[in-house]
Amino acid sequence: MTDLTALTLEAALAGLKARDFSSVEITKAHIDACMEGADLNAFITTDFDNALEAAKASDAKLAKGEGGALEGAPIGIKDLFCTENVKTTAGSKILGAFKPPYESTVTANMKADGMVMLGKLNLDEFAMGSSNETSAFGSVVNPWKPNGENDVELVPGGSSGGSAAVVAANMCLAATATDTGGSIRQPASFTGTVGIKPTYGRCSRWGIVAFASSLDQAGPITRTVKDSAIMLQSMAGYDPKDSTSINKDLPDFSAACERSIKGLRIGIPKEYTMDGMPGEIDDLWQQGIAWLKDAGAQIVPVSLPHTKYALPAYYIVAPAECSSNLARYDGMRYGVRVDGEDLNDTYELTRAAGFGKEVRRRIMIGTYVLSAGYYDAYYLQAQKVRTRIAEDFTNAWETCDALLTPTAPSAAFPIGRPVNDPVTMYLNDIFTVTANLAGLPGISVPAALDKDGLPLGLQIIGRALDEETVFAAGAALEKAAGFTAKPKKWWV
Amino acid sequence: MSESNNTVTVETVKKIARLSRLHVEEDRLTHLADEMNGILAWIEQLGEVDVEGVEPMTSAVEMPAPMRADVITDGGVRDKVLANAPKTEAGYFVVPRSVE
Repeated sequence: MTDLTALTLEAALAGLKARDFSSVEITKAHIDACMEGADLNAFITTDFDNALEAAKASDAKLAKGEGGALEGAPIGIKDLFCTENVKTTAGSKILGAFKPPYESTVTANMKADGMVMLGKLNLDEFAMGSSNETSAFGSVVNPWKPNGENDVELVPGGSSGGSAAVVAANMCLAATATDTGGSIRQPASFTGTVGIKPTYGRCSRWGIVAFASSLDQAGPITRTVKDSAIMLQSMAGYDPKDSTSINKDLPDFSAACERSIKGLRIGIPKEYTMDGMPGEIDDLWQQGIAWLKDAGAQIVPVSLPHTKYALPAYYIVAPAECSSNLARYDGMRYGVRVDGEDLNDTYELTRAAGFGKEVRRRIMIGTYVLSAGYYDAYYLQAQKVRTRIAEDFTNAWETCDALLTPTAPSAAFPIGRPVNDPVTMYLNDIFTVTANLAGLPGISVPAALDKDGLPLGLQIIGRALDEETVFAAGAALEKAAGFTAKPKKWWV
Repeated sequence: MSESNNTVTVETVKKIARLSRLHVEEDRLTHLADEMNGILAWIEQLGEVDVEGVEPMTSAVEMPAPMRADVITDGGVRDKVLANAPKTEAGYFVVPRSVE
């Protein structure tokens, strides 16, 4: 019998619909794979019993020729999405045994479409990190190993490290993720998977634990571009409960994957390079240019002059929003409380015990840049630089339709790699963070293995609300790259 | 930016920690000040950008804030609201005394 865990989401949905196998069968196959892969530490909470119940319900619908767009498909959910009556941690200790009494809009959409949820996936604490090492529940291990170095454990990237790992390791058909500065695309690049961050406002943020509200956006991590289109179609859509939700009909994302890119103008931003970046990444970028050219695209050099200011601007805007969003964790209404001598002491002890180091660092930076006397110099300046960064893209769109860049400045690195200062870790997001600041859609597509046998991704960034072009160009890259490598199953 | 690179002192860290409602051990203060100065020194480069006449970007979507009718659309779920609280009594949150 075929390995049901090796199917694409697209093929699995077709097989379910055709009744080639049941949802219970494919769900059981994935539960087995999840249990075998326990050493990857990709789940914070599994929900296998409910998954099997949901699979049975899906089978009943499928038997009647009914069912939604994800009917019966076993999928993982980043543990940043609130799920009704299923523990939600955001990768933090501070939420304790929090069980949301409500469902996030994105997961509600997916459940309405028949998703079978396998459980909640590990992530950097409050999605703050690029390696999954800041999770209070331990690091996720990347399924990929460098050639011949079986003792080395690599990070899966972050913050959606669990999502990327389960998709790469065939433990879930697909997973949800979120991206504030690169948290979908960088882990996708590190694990040989596809990840898209849609236009800001496409997916409702309602019920997603907030990090930086003007940057946070949900999206999928999958094994193919088409699978990402199928997932996004279900996840996205207008939601009156999110005041930044875009009230526009969704285009047919799957159809966009089949579009020709003949005549499409692809911009190559000369600023997307970094000192010390491996030559292979530059070579792969050149290769990507050649692939898109072969597919009929027109290559246009462009300049995004404020690119180097994107990360420093991000590290003002994101911590500022984080410091106000995370003010709600006061130990009074939910989560853990550490009793102190008085109310303030209780707040301070609760938050110091509940938040990890990186989260505390960002709250402090955010509080500082928002504090009296510094607001204009830091926060207001960063918001103005953000305008400049968005203008760079607007100017680029005059001569091109989408951009091609590397996704990340390196391949996956070892867990516990010494990081001398936080800024070194922040540089992981150097090529992805611009799309968050400008609110634009961006996809990472696996393109090649480096000399150590580790995956590298290429990124396509598009105009606001033009995911269709992003999918079309992403699918063209995918076709040309023919990336079929999979990690060896050392964890079994 | 007008600030020099070492604006964060131990005293500043204490103040910021207080504003952030984060307890910080005394022996961590110097390290945190160094760390914050390091990050802020890197951020200083934003001062190079010419932002003369540039409006601050406050939203990633170009649309006016939506309005809705001022009607009750949710609620009446007290037990659900209290379900995750560390301490409750008789349908209320129990919190430490805040007025002496």
